[in-house]
Amino acid sequence: MSLVFFRPRARVLPGFGLALGLSLAWLALIVLIPLSAVFAKTFTLSWDGFVAAVSAPRVLASFRLSFGAALAAALVNVLFGGIVAWVLVRYRFPGKRLVDALVDLPFALPTAVAGITLTALYSANGWIGRVLEGRFGWKIAFTPAGVVLALVFIGLPFVVRTVQPVLEEAERELEEAASSLGANGWQIFARVIFPTVLPALLTGFALAFARATGEYGSVIFIAGNMPMVSEITPLFIITKLEQYDYAGATAIALVMLLASFTLLFAINLLQAWTRRRAGAG
Amino acid sequence: MSARRIESRWVRAALVTAALSFLALFLFVPLAAVFAEALRKGWGAYLASIADEEARAAIRLTLVTAGIAVPLNLVFGVAAAWCIAKFEFRGKSVLLTLIDLPFSVSPVISGLIYVLLFGAEGWFGAWLQEHDVRILFAVPGMVLATVFVTFPFVARELIPLMQAQGREEEEAALVLGASGWQTFARVTLPNIKWGLLYGVILCNARAMGEFGAVSVVSGHIRGETTTIPLHVEILYNEYNFAAAFAVASLLAMLALATLAAKSVVEWRLRAAKELA
Repeated sequence: MSLVFFRPRARVLPGFGLALGLSLAWLALIVLIPLSAVFAKTFTLSWDGFVAAVSAPRVLASFRLSFGAALAAALVNVLFGGIVAWVLVRYRFPGKRLVDALVDLPFALPTAVAGITLTALYSANGWIGRVLEGRFGWKIAFTPAGVVLALVFIGLPFVVRTVQPVLEEAERELEEAASSLGANGWQIFARVIFPTVLPALLTGFALAFARATGEYGSVIFIAGNMPMVSEITPLFIITKLEQYDYAGATAIALVMLLASFTLLFAINLLQAWTRRRAGAG
Repeated sequence: MSARRIESRWVRAALVTAALSFLALFLFVPLAAVFAEALRKGWGAYLASIADEEARAAIRLTLVTAGIAVPLNLVFGVAAAWCIAKFEFRGKSVLLTLIDLPFSVSPVISGLIYVLLFGAEGWFGAWLQEHDVRILFAVPGMVLATVFVTFPFVARELIPLMQAQGREEEEAALVLGASGWQTFARVTLPNIKWGLLYGVILCNARAMGEFGAVSVVSGHIRGETTTIPLHVEILYNEYNFAAAFAVASLLAMLALATLAAKSVVEWRLRAAKELA
């Protein structure tokens, strides 16, 4: 009996089979089998039928809006998310901890609440919309600009939360060294700081972009949902479903899924790059 | 220690102003607006909108859905984290990517996949109709869609935490004669409790607030298959704005509570890390 005690096997943690089995079963049941239905359903269409379903003018217009607005919003987020991250890491100001905690609000606030609130604020008689429309004649709600606005809200934490830890880890000695060697502020930013945070900025951009392409709840209230103008792809999928055109809805969904998977792959590569950069520094 | 500032005071002031104005426009003002709109018709109307029968049914259904989805994903998350963090095996990185998959799927598609499975034309549609089982446009479908969208939350919080902790402590417990379950309950669980709580909080917030996915599978049967977010949508589309924002303010409070809990847990996690 005492021999069992010294066998190396006794050191190996138990539960691997159970834990892996449970994980794989749950993963297959909830994620893999249901997702495979999208592919299976699309294969019931002929190739021509598939092409016709995903290249109808109204579908193409929705792709342009969903991907275009997501791109615009992600760019805004890179700029302002980068500044917010910088300010939160480098400067001290009153209420900083509260501001830092609130950056995650778009993660925590249900999208429908965000949607109706932004619509109320930016429509013609809202707090902000009244000023923009009355003073400048800018219409935000119920136009594509409203879609971008909602997507900026949704994507904000992604950039801040990927750039923040990189800035915290960044060695400030490098900046001081550059400064004592005679570099001015702009040179230090361009040659020292920017290269350090670039992988994180790109990762944050990709995460915000990926999230924004599929976003639904925060957008549909403010978009106005006019076919060809302000109708996002997820909404069009729902419209197709309501018309019982399951194959058509699924074909469009497949295009979106493939785009998401491509982005996921790109994000994995970017994150690996970020880690290598951080490790090398 | 007195780090020489590279940027001038003006640059600093401009950056802080830009950051805070941006956050004010996108975060602080909207947050204030939820409560201002909710109370526009006064406290009486506010309370009446929340005490309304359909609102109460929506609150009940939200609690039921989250009450089922969160524990299921908790068990899954712990199991997945246990095998990924404590063992080496082939295909681990594939498994990690697959666990993250629901995060990159549009909420609408997360609902659509269950329509394809359980809808009248779906794989199991005919069988379900024959046996008079309702999944789609009923509570089971909404629970399934919620489980899907909240699938990665707990696992994602636990995996890096458990990887960082290694397995020496568990191995020591086993050598000292503890059983597998004893080791888990007395060694692993106390080590991961804050991360676990964090994952559960995030999972719960998403479960209660999910809109797109449950909207596709709910069928919008008033008082029966409407969760709080769906009830907000119905009220809003009926131009009943004050009531919509009153009910929405419940979700905004949930979000604030989530952020507060998150800050506390993050603080505990950091304290634990500094001790170690």
